[in-house]
Amino acid sequence: MRLRILDSGHGLGTKALFALIQMVSRQPVLDVIKLVKYRADFYGGPMSEVTQEAMRGPSAWSVGDRELMAAFVAKTNRSEFCTKAHTAVAQRAYGEGKTVSAWLSDFDSGFDNGVVEEPLRATLLMLGKLTREHAVDADDMRAVHAAGASRQQIEDALAVCFSFNVIGRLADAFGFFVPGPEAFEAGAKYLLTRGYR
Amino acid sequence: MSNIGQTRTALIRRILEGMGNATPSERRAAFDNGGLAGPVASLVDKVARHADRVTDEDIAAARRSGLSEDQVFEMVVCAAVGQASRQYDAAVAALEAAAGEERA
Repeated sequence: MRLRILDSGHGLGTKALFALIQMVSRQPVLDVIKLVKYRADFYGGPMSEVTQEAMRGPSAWSVGDRELMAAFVAKTNRSEFCTKAHTAVAQRAYGEGKTVSAWLSDFDSGFDNGVVEEPLRATLLMLGKLTREHAVDADDMRAVHAAGASRQQIEDALAVCFSFNVIGRLADAFGFFVPGPEAFEAGAKYLLTRGYR
Repeated sequence: MSNIGQTRTALIRRILEGMGNATPSERRAAFDNGGLAGPVASLVDKVARHADRVTDEDIAAARRSGLSEDQVFEMVVCAAVGQASRQYDAAVAALEAAAGEERA
């Protein structure tokens, strides 16, 4: 972590919470938790409300679909921490029948292998363009509609995209430590049972 | 249907208008990725356009230019939220344009 305050500038109550998390999960506290708990009234509190709504609010997209979108946005931004974190959550949400990491590694080919079904595939491609080029046009949106996504589904996907274009940038700018898979598994379990608040 | 309209507005209002160590105009400049100079300008631009390329030295240079760690924290948050917001607003406008043509 590039700022000392984010690593160890928390109040005593928060430090006690970190000790508890570490004891229960038997894993180091993820840097993303340290970020959202630092001066939580400035960023962590209001941002958690946005992310909870985007990732766990009512939507025609499943939790797994939205976690896959999160992982895909992170991968497009080359954010290693967020890609690993949300690949783990998506995998756990989908269960064993699907292999999220294999899907993501196929993203350069435009998901042409037919494993990711429409309208999710077209939606991911649009989110990828938006994340990469910072813009999309009406034709891009028509393509997503034509693949079967409703307007509400597109709006819901854009909400996920917003959240993870914020979080991925912060992970990379603040230099989040990327731990081993066990820590991300513990994080995934937490995010699926407790959500983002 | 999820709707982040209200929560996103509350987030933006808090980081730009609420209490902070950087001034509201500095935070607004970071959010807009414009109107800054020196190391902090280059840090903010990197966060907005390719955050994966931010280095230890970028943060250290912003600190040497006189910003406290809390100010760097706030400026980076504003830069990230600003860029994600521009993307989101552009996409919603494209969605509106597509819907408008269908109605026409």
